[in-house]
Amino acid sequence: MFRLVGARTINTQWRLGVMARFFGLLLWHSGSSFRRLRLTLREIYFSGVLSLTIILISGLFVGMVLGLQGYETLQRYGSEEVLGTLVALSLVRELGPVLAGLLFASRAGSAVTAEIGLMKATEQLAAMDMMAVDPVARVVAPRFWGGVISMPILALLFSAMGVFGGYLVGVVMIGIDSGSFWSQMQASVDFRNDIVNGVIKSVVFGVAVSLVAVFEGFDTDGTAEGVSRATTRTVVTSSLAILGLDFILTSFMFRG
Amino acid sequence: MSSLVSLRDVRFSYGNRDVLHGVTLNVPRGKLVAIMGGSGCGKTTLMRLIGGQLRPRAGQLTVCGAEVPSLDREGLYDLRRRMSMLFQFGALFTDLSVFDNVAFPMREHTNMPEPIIRDLVLMKLHAVGLRGAENLLPSELSGGMARRVALARAIALDPELMMYDEPFAGLDPISLGVIGQLIRKLNDALGASSIVVTHDVQESLQIVDYVYFLSDGKVVAEGTPDEIRTSEDPWVHQFVWGEADGPVPFRYPAVPYEEALLGVQRA
Repeated sequence: MFRLVGARTINTQWRLGVMARFFGLLLWHSGSSFRRLRLTLREIYFSGVLSLTIILISGLFVGMVLGLQGYETLQRYGSEEVLGTLVALSLVRELGPVLAGLLFASRAGSAVTAEIGLMKATEQLAAMDMMAVDPVARVVAPRFWGGVISMPILALLFSAMGVFGGYLVGVVMIGIDSGSFWSQMQASVDFRNDIVNGVIKSVVFGVAVSLVAVFEGFDTDGTAEGVSRATTRTVVTSSLAILGLDFILTSFMFRG
Repeated sequence: MSSLVSLRDVRFSYGNRDVLHGVTLNVPRGKLVAIMGGSGCGKTTLMRLIGGQLRPRAGQLTVCGAEVPSLDREGLYDLRRRMSMLFQFGALFTDLSVFDNVAFPMREHTNMPEPIIRDLVLMKLHAVGLRGAENLLPSELSGGMARRVALARAIALDPELMMYDEPFAGLDPISLGVIGQLIRKLNDALGASSIVVTHDVQESLQIVDYVYFLSDGKVVAEGTPDEIRTSEDPWVHQFVWGEADGPVPFRYPAVPYEEALLGVQRA
């Protein structure tokens, strides 16, 4: 029993160490992914643009639900007009970055892991290495930066759609005054404290999800079972990382 | 004649499992050399050592005059630009078309303008008979075609050394003959030297200049194809003529048959 716990702990530490070294290597080779911008743009398309549908639709629904639930609670205290504030703050501070991050991990992160894992299984990475082309520079770095760049934009779009969803429910459906909905929101959402902090969060989540995704893909043992395990691990690890990091970041950012 | 690749008493192990116990062999310039042996005898490992993907535990290994195990990453990449490897199943990049696959090494390693790359790619594809397939994706190719495209990609930068990992595995007789002839022709046309790792004896004996037989991580026999065909060595005889009985056991080591069937309990 103790031995098992110990072995697991050491194993996890070991993986973290390997991942940190991999991250270092990745940063070292990142120059090339900016020199050859076409590769990175392609990955932004695959990770970012193709995730737009799920991000926009989810954002809309989350905002609509927030509108309904918020109105339900606020009307008890007769302060329905702050609904705009409630929806906007919840989204830009928390729900936007976190939910967009979770969706991004399962939509784009898993795809990146599976793609790199299969490239390894079919010896494409080994072939590249034998052609004197570094797979970390050619395959891994562009996918990593594609994810890091896409994530904050997706989170912002998620929040914007969410605010629109809140507006649809609050103003169009329920009939709250449109002027007070927007003016309350404008008055209480601070650019520096709320929006910038939200963007910082989403950048951190973008780095975490992309790093986990490329690492797990690169680290598979190259069998069908290995690729499936790696894909699962990407979603689980990056989701937990997002929630854990969110707690840490929130406790530093919003201390009242 | 000088050797392009030379191994002296090379030893290698994966963890505690010894794979190569002192292999010595030479690949002379311009020659086509086959390394044969049963599955799991260390053939592919040998090729990975030559390509610098693995490092030997002991012994000397020189390729194009460079001591491979002592090279740093940059030196290794410089050396790899002069050699090329054909992987067992081609290892084509599945997200690139046939044309882009063949153009890949040229675009990565040279500053040639796109029209020249286009002409070169078409010449390489023409050499393997697939000029008409330039716009297809790897998923649209048959196994034999994929391997020919991979061959075109491997010769993209006119390497000095070509390595083939099981080039005949899983091919129909026609594709097999085509690939065999291509390997020979390309070797002579490019003035390259080639190593073919294989267990397709009859096909290889028709095209190669020299053969090394590997068993249990050692060279057990060597010679020209004619010497091999007429060899009296029981091991070579069994391998070349595909006999079930001989020095190579058919059965994996196990407890005695009666014991296993009668379920005799061991104390």
